[in-house]
Amino acid sequence: MDRRTFVKGVGASAITLGFAPHSLFGQSSRRKVFVSVFQRGAVDGLNMVIPFKEFEYRRLRPTIAIPDPSSVGEERILDLDGFFGFHPVMAPLKPLFDDGRLGVVHAAGSPAPTRSHFEAQDYMESATPGVKRTTAGWMNRYVESTADAEAMPFRGMSIGRSLPRSLAGRAATFTIGSVAEARLNGPAELYRQLYAGESDDIVLRAAREMFSSLDFLEGKRPGRYAPEADYPPGRFPTSLRELAKLIKADIGLETAFVDIGGWDHHAGEGSTRGALANRLREFSGGLRAFYDDLGDRIEDVVIVTMSEFGRTAKENGNGGTDHGHGHAMLVLGGPVRGGQVYGRWPGLEREQLYEERDLAITTDFRTVLGEVVTRHLGARDLDAIFPDFDMGEPLGFL
Amino acid sequence: MKNATLHAFNRLAFGPRPKDLGLEGRELEAYIEGQLYPSEIGDRAVEEELSALDALNLSGLELIRKYPDRRDQRIGLEQLTRAKLTRALASERQLNEVMVDFWYNHFNVFAGKGACRVLVPSYERVAIRPYVFGKFRELVFATAKHPAMLFYLDNWLSVSGRVPARGRRRGLNENYARELMELHTLGVDGGYTQQDVVEVARAFTGWTIEGPRRPTFFFAPPLHDNESKLILGREITAGGMREGEQVIEMLCSHPSTARFISTKLVRRFVSDDPPPALVDRVARTFARSDGDIRDMLKTIFGSEEFVASEQRKVKTPFEFLISALRAADARVENPGILARFLGRLGQPLYAAIPPTGYPDTGADWMSPGTLMTRLNFVTQMAVGRLPGVTIPGREAESIIRTLGAPEFQRR
Repeated sequence: MDRRTFVKGVGASAITLGFAPHSLFGQSSRRKVFVSVFQRGAVDGLNMVIPFKEFEYRRLRPTIAIPDPSSVGEERILDLDGFFGFHPVMAPLKPLFDDGRLGVVHAAGSPAPTRSHFEAQDYMESATPGVKRTTAGWMNRYVESTADAEAMPFRGMSIGRSLPRSLAGRAATFTIGSVAEARLNGPAELYRQLYAGESDDIVLRAAREMFSSLDFLEGKRPGRYAPEADYPPGRFPTSLRELAKLIKADIGLETAFVDIGGWDHHAGEGSTRGALANRLREFSGGLRAFYDDLGDRIEDVVIVTMSEFGRTAKENGNGGTDHGHGHAMLVLGGPVRGGQVYGRWPGLEREQLYEERDLAITTDFRTVLGEVVTRHLGARDLDAIFPDFDMGEPLGFL
Repeated sequence: MKNATLHAFNRLAFGPRPKDLGLEGRELEAYIEGQLYPSEIGDRAVEEELSALDALNLSGLELIRKYPDRRDQRIGLEQLTRAKLTRALASERQLNEVMVDFWYNHFNVFAGKGACRVLVPSYERVAIRPYVFGKFRELVFATAKHPAMLFYLDNWLSVSGRVPARGRRRGLNENYARELMELHTLGVDGGYTQQDVVEVARAFTGWTIEGPRRPTFFFAPPLHDNESKLILGREITAGGMREGEQVIEMLCSHPSTARFISTKLVRRFVSDDPPPALVDRVARTFARSDGDIRDMLKTIFGSEEFVASEQRKVKTPFEFLISALRAADARVENPGILARFLGRLGQPLYAAIPPTGYPDTGADWMSPGTLMTRLNFVTQMAVGRLPGVTIPGREAESIIRTLGAPEFQRR
């Protein structure tokens, strides 16, 4: 066989993973799903969910403050509850808040004092703030500690270019750039022959699980797939579009990770327009399309957004903000009791700020994640997932 | 069937090239012995290829001066990545490259942390590469003083409690002191206490750099805690920079260090579950030879346990990719695709975030998802669809049969 005919053969015999939106035959693995959205680069939570009734807000941010909801003009804060409001480009998410499907946890974040992006992301994705040697990501620990004999190895997945820290670890997870990539290329039968065998050898065991999962997916091979919503352009919305495909295919996915970068606005952050507005537009538009695309499957899905830390309460000399502390997390999805802003508001007076400069943290991010993991995913052993952490009273958004 | 040649090249090298498999008997023994003395091995082709990478030989400060724009400074890490792949693929000094990889990972520095991005080329060249077969303590001394380590584990910020807080320097920072004992020398159960961590941190106050934009090492007496310390039950009298050096000497001659380092070497070269009897012998070699790495390797390579451990290890993603390319005599024009596969497989180069470096056991690297990606790499390579990589004409199917086989996942 020469290379050319072989290449053709590869195309024809590849185990493809196409996906039917709803499984027509074969076993169904419809599960509760948690989606982690990481805003890498430290989002300015105070201009994302704005405490517009806070007297200090406008004084601290003379050029980047967003116009009050009561002001004249189209570009102004979208009032949520009379105290907090969304940045105007987040309009796609406002109806979800009003319908009670989206909530905000303000003054949330990771308690570690570091202002290094890398360290703070590491702490958050390992979910052990202050401990640098944790090797596994917290989502991997979830998969590992809730092992389930019936589950396919698609319980933890990320859409992106590389395996995120959150999912790294011993439990099997998949990282793919797109659904089209989730397949074994090449001569399937040859690979099956090569990896035949029942031994408990770690390689053959992985192969068995790989083939059975790929076969399982093959059973869900669709006709044509089209998303049920219009996604805006950009890498983040595209990743979410791929993720929606996976969720709708009922492949047993439970925890998924997607990230969106570009939040580190030390200069030229802008107010209603500018660098932050551009990122928030892609962020909000992507999330809204994802929500719509999932249709009735959204009833099984909870999405949580987070960032490694927030930004300084006061704008700097370059029309931007520097590395800070607390920020705002969004929780959305079918099961979410939204329509309100959760958490205790610490205020923006100088003595109320963390180290007299940043929004203080009144809700540990693990309290938010812990509520999702226990009440939505049904995990019991929280200590295996968030070691040495007492999550306290749940906020009650689920 | 025992295949001593394959075994030797799987462990002392990043897998055999087709031409290597002819080595047998006395020739093979000579090869193994020779690998322990890399300076006597000619490596012209690789040296010529690397000579075009001018940023490789720059210190962090030189890189910053030559490329003032931050975006241009990426060239350092890009060239280092390229050099690592070139050396792993083609260097005749294979064991040397295996050891550079091993020790870099042992004294890991994450290239993505701030100034480390310009410091890692010099870190590998100055603090790791010259000592990979030397005395273990030389590695500890060299890494302790390198700006990359000082920045990565925050020791440059660590100052005596008496020094008024200024900028980011706010008192003692225990980060380096802890990892020096837990990860670099004694090991987690090596017999030190939290109080030892504090005392060691005090001894290393003043080992610093001016800052991320002027990353050169110096000892700053005004930042140093110049009082005596009690470390592992021994008093270290006040002595400026000498205190830190004494601490390193102490840690490197400690039996826990001999055992910890021996265990890690045996895990790399023999098995995920290091045979205790071999670890004992290697640790004795460590003690007897003042931590001579070449002697420890001789103990390992000459052991029955080593000979009996064929195919016992699962290849890491890096080992898998490189060994596949070597086995196929691949020519890599552009390493970008390899870097992308390593990212997807969870082992991007110079990007292990925690100070533990990457793990070294099969369970950490083998899963249904990563196996799929590994096999897709083989298929793509076999059908000639790896951009930037060419392989001399061999049937795609025969490549898949060998490199796509379960045996090839192991070394």
